[in-house]
Amino acid sequence: MTVTRAPAGLSVLDRPNSYIGKTVPRPNLDRLLQGRGQYVSDLELPRMAHVVFLRSPYAHARIGAIDADAAKRMPGVISIVTGRELERVITPWVGVLSHLKGLKSAPQHAIAVDKVCWQGEAVAAIVATSRAAAEDAMEHIAVDYEELGAVTDMRTALDSATPVIHASLGDNLAFERTLNAGDVDHAFSESEVVEADFVFGRHTGVTLEPRAVVADWNAAEARLTIYQGTQAPHMVQNIAALHLGLKEAQVRVVCKDVGGSFGIKVHIYADEMATYALSKLLRRPVKFVADRVESFNTDIHARDHRCRGRIGVKPDGTITAFEIDDLTGIGPYSMYPRTSAIEANQVVNLVGGPYVALNYRARARVVFQNKNVMCQYRAVGHPIACSVTEGLVDLAAAKIGMDPVEIRRRNLIADDAYPCASPSGMKFEQLSHHVSLAKLLQMMDYDALRAEQAALRARNIYRGIGIASFIEVTNPSAAFYGVGGAKISSQDGVAVRLDAQGSVICQTSITEQGQGSESLTAQIVGSVLGVSMDRVRVTLGDTDNTPYGGGTWASRGAGIGGEAALQAAKVLRRNILDVAAAILQSTPAGLDIVNNSIVNAGDGAPRMELNELARIVYFRPDTLPPGIQPELMATRHFVPRQYPFAFTNGVQASWLEVDTETGFVTLLKHWVVEDCGTIINPQLVDEQIRGGVVQGLGAALFEKCIYDERGQLTNANMADYLVPMSGEMPDIEIGHVVSPTQETELGAKGAGEAGTAGAAAAVANAVNDALRPFGATITEIPLTPQVILTALGRI
Amino acid sequence: MKAAAFAYARATSVVNALELLAAHGDKAKVLSGGQSLMPAMNLRLLSPDILVDIGGLAELRGIAVRGDLLAIGALTRHVDLLHSPEVALHAPLLRDAVAQVAHPAIRNRGTIGGSLAHADPASELPACVVALDATIVVRGPLGERRIAATAFFNGIYDTALAPDELLVAVEVPVAGHGSAFFFHEYARRHGDYALVGLAARAVVAGDRFAELRLGFFAVGDRPLLAAAANRLINVSVTPALLAEATTALADELDPQEDQQASPAMRRHLAAVLLRRCVAALLARPELGVTS
Amino acid sequence: MNAPIPVSLLVNGEPIDAVILPRLNLADFLRDNLKLTGTHVGCEHGVCGACTVRIDGEIVRSCLMLAVQAQGASVETIEGLSDSGEIADLQAAFRERNALQCGYCTPGMLMTAQDLLKHTSVPDRRAIREHLSGNYCRCTGYQAIVDAVEATAKTRAERAA
Repeated sequence: MTVTRAPAGLSVLDRPNSYIGKTVPRPNLDRLLQGRGQYVSDLELPRMAHVVFLRSPYAHARIGAIDADAAKRMPGVISIVTGRELERVITPWVGVLSHLKGLKSAPQHAIAVDKVCWQGEAVAAIVATSRAAAEDAMEHIAVDYEELGAVTDMRTALDSATPVIHASLGDNLAFERTLNAGDVDHAFSESEVVEADFVFGRHTGVTLEPRAVVADWNAAEARLTIYQGTQAPHMVQNIAALHLGLKEAQVRVVCKDVGGSFGIKVHIYADEMATYALSKLLRRPVKFVADRVESFNTDIHARDHRCRGRIGVKPDGTITAFEIDDLTGIGPYSMYPRTSAIEANQVVNLVGGPYVALNYRARARVVFQNKNVMCQYRAVGHPIACSVTEGLVDLAAAKIGMDPVEIRRRNLIADDAYPCASPSGMKFEQLSHHVSLAKLLQMMDYDALRAEQAALRARNIYRGIGIASFIEVTNPSAAFYGVGGAKISSQDGVAVRLDAQGSVICQTSITEQGQGSESLTAQIVGSVLGVSMDRVRVTLGDTDNTPYGGGTWASRGAGIGGEAALQAAKVLRRNILDVAAAILQSTPAGLDIVNNSIVNAGDGAPRMELNELARIVYFRPDTLPPGIQPELMATRHFVPRQYPFAFTNGVQASWLEVDTETGFVTLLKHWVVEDCGTIINPQLVDEQIRGGVVQGLGAALFEKCIYDERGQLTNANMADYLVPMSGEMPDIEIGHVVSPTQETELGAKGAGEAGTAGAAAAVANAVNDALRPFGATITEIPLTPQVILTALGRI
Repeated sequence: MKAAAFAYARATSVVNALELLAAHGDKAKVLSGGQSLMPAMNLRLLSPDILVDIGGLAELRGIAVRGDLLAIGALTRHVDLLHSPEVALHAPLLRDAVAQVAHPAIRNRGTIGGSLAHADPASELPACVVALDATIVVRGPLGERRIAATAFFNGIYDTALAPDELLVAVEVPVAGHGSAFFFHEYARRHGDYALVGLAARAVVAGDRFAELRLGFFAVGDRPLLAAAANRLINVSVTPALLAEATTALADELDPQEDQQASPAMRRHLAAVLLRRCVAALLARPELGVTS
Repeated sequence: MNAPIPVSLLVNGEPIDAVILPRLNLADFLRDNLKLTGTHVGCEHGVCGACTVRIDGEIVRSCLMLAVQAQGASVETIEGLSDSGEIADLQAAFRERNALQCGYCTPGMLMTAQDLLKHTSVPDRRAIREHLSGNYCRCTGYQAIVDAVEATAKTRAERAA
């Protein structure tokens, strides 16, 4: 069920046997299905040692003497290294970006020096012949800690009575942004104003393969090879080189199979930096694989926000203004190099985004605290912005007694109003809120569902419908990081070449963690070239063997890497046809490539298999006409320039039942309509959305990092940190509207984060809808039975 | 996350296992299915000097009816309870409970003896054996002794089992005529430990309970045989009476605070379970709804 | 006392003799000693299901079992099930349905799904979700996996009929 809104017109993609818009299985899935993947945690190298980090048990403490003498004598121990010792090999860093004005942070070391600032920060590295031996030795290291007062509650982090974590910074305020568009006070003065405090649980990515790195410093080559499950190999290369005092050419980053990423593996972690440095220090390969407890304590967390929101609404349903005051606690450091201010910045950018209202006031404050670091995780800031916006819209609708769908119909930006900009300055090229909403209502049969809901209420069964419209940042240009001084590439490159048997080898700078980067690249290249996918092989995840580029994050792989692939394939196609014309005494325009063969453009008659063309080019160039030098390899790069971000949009709906006696929520069904522009592979897009939705459902109902008042993470294991499992998840129906971006020939925008952006908001609205007869409203997630029973006054 | 080093002894018989336990005292741990022990060891929450693996002792396996008793060997796995025709016939409560224990791969290893000896107050089987008025059979250096299930559990991970004793079997009175069972638990996700659970055995005569044993779990430091049940026996259960029993139940509970539920919530859920249990057993849906 | 001890077992039909430390769990034994890296380690405390293997035909969590406990047992891993062709249809269904993304949970998921299909001829979606409820997948949202298992069950039932 797809509505296409693009003007029809033949493009380079509209070719016979095009793979664009078709569901084709991802190449090489068999490798993963048969247990033949190559994850970093599987990797072994000669002389490889294992590192384990002794981590601080305190959230905030001064480090005194570290006595490792006994530990050093333990069997299998190769070396025990403290922060002071490692400092000689690797320099500290500060996670700031110049375009986030006023953002400050303190120098962070690979291993803590003098002071630890969160429970889980590494204090010493134990390198041994096995992980078990290192863990044995770790128990024999004695550290003198002087415990310091921990800053844990973000609400009091800025109080004068609260200790300042980094004295050199003066206070615990990392970043503050305010925005004032239109006249909010005036708008509120003429409206009904509804307000609420929205509270979000701190959560984390829980990639099933923990973070893993093998660093191999080859002293004889003076070269460091880093095998790492990362989303951004060139970023890792740049930063490792920078802090180890190497040239980038001395660092190679290799990334094969990655067991989940979701933004967790796009950052530079202190323990990974320490592993690179240890390899250099010890002149041998060193492997670090976080165990699950370490993952909970050190993988970035996200979404720990408290946001006061206000909305103005007129009796006719017109929304007049939004206002937010957002507070977030990011841990003791701004994460490197992307910083921990982006999430709050996104919240400011996105609140109210789907709606026409032009009056908008926002303040976001980002504070330091003695908890694990927070940073960008799938759909950065969007779930906060969407939950606040859509929660407020539902509250406004309830206030004036209007149906939640109707208030959206009256306020969503009209589909013919583009291009336009939001009060926060976000530029929208073409969105489709109304047609998306209409499609959603049809898919879910909204009216029938409302009738069913009413009938069941009479039998004391409480079901709810929740709707959430959203916008989503994709295809980020240099506006995201580059302008702030980070060496994070916003452009991507693809090289394609015809091999000697007429197959295509394609190297791309985007990376694969299961999204389908490899597939979409092969689909585009195969379609443009006229080559079947089984003859296209894609190489990615190797800084020695791919063009320079950003990688896969922020829903950018298909839109940016895909366009680079398209453009590179176009050049190669032209080059192939030039050679073919010379061989066949025709003209390039008179020929085409279809089904791996050169054919006549006019009648489609086959003229020459690509295999034969390649044979002549590579082995019998002597037979080519004089002056012909075939170039059967082409490289192209692409970066968006016209729009800082290619915004996508969509709408989600949740249908659920609340057991009002127990507080348990049963998810019955979930729907999504989204518009990511050109769809390269419908199945892969749908599965990105489903996976994203379920991460949002986890946030809505289950996931929360629970800290105590001393800054101890009390549920750092998989039995206590609840991730969504199959038993509780609903089936999710997905529909599409297609508004391609005109900035690229491909027209694709990102699809990886849309599901996560709106799922929690839809669920929260549905729970409140179900609880309406009880007069209870909840603006906190996760919506645990405890929270729901409390709101119902039952406990 | 690797277990600390330990020695390993594969017991060749119950006698041999008891000798090993006698030799090592509380430095030894018995390894049965290992589904609770191994996580604790991997996390280094437990570091025993020696594991005595009783997994190979065929004499501890099997389910048999002996007169009025269903005898279940300690090594009988959860999956065996789930599929045993004898259990289905004589103690279906165990089958219903086991279906809620963790997941298939865990149930293929976990044993009834291990679960009872582990005595996690949030786990299902301890409450079942209390509700079923079962007897725990243990063997030690001085021979065998039988402990009523109601006297077996002393607290969190604490039982009447001495370090040199081995839990060898459970004896459950077979279900008599008119027996009815109820099992339900509230867990956040399928297979999770319960926030609150209830295993109940009743004998229903006409519209009344001739017998009612309510084994609550996750409401205190051990499974609770609720005395409040007595208020509902041999009387016509009215909403008012049920409300009284619910109030009485609250006084018996001593729920723990944890991340999933406050004591107040556990009390509340226990009351909901009591109402729903009585409603289900008496087939009177109206009793299950809050008045 | 903590010395290595000998163990003999079958792994994917191949007799294995090894001398190992008692503390070595079966997952690490398969991965580190036998290089069967298709068995994945996700949590090491028995919750995620990534390390699911078969012992004497029944699925277990290999992180919750000592390798020495597998003495005399027949262990089957994803490599064995793949090479024997036993789950070729299930794997094909996963591929067609894109029931895997990063692939890290996949070997354990296939093990668990095959276990269900062996015991229940045509399970409904509820039963599939319940049987898989101890296997964590962060990528897919589970629906594609449920679809693939359901499709395989139906195909097998049709073939058997």
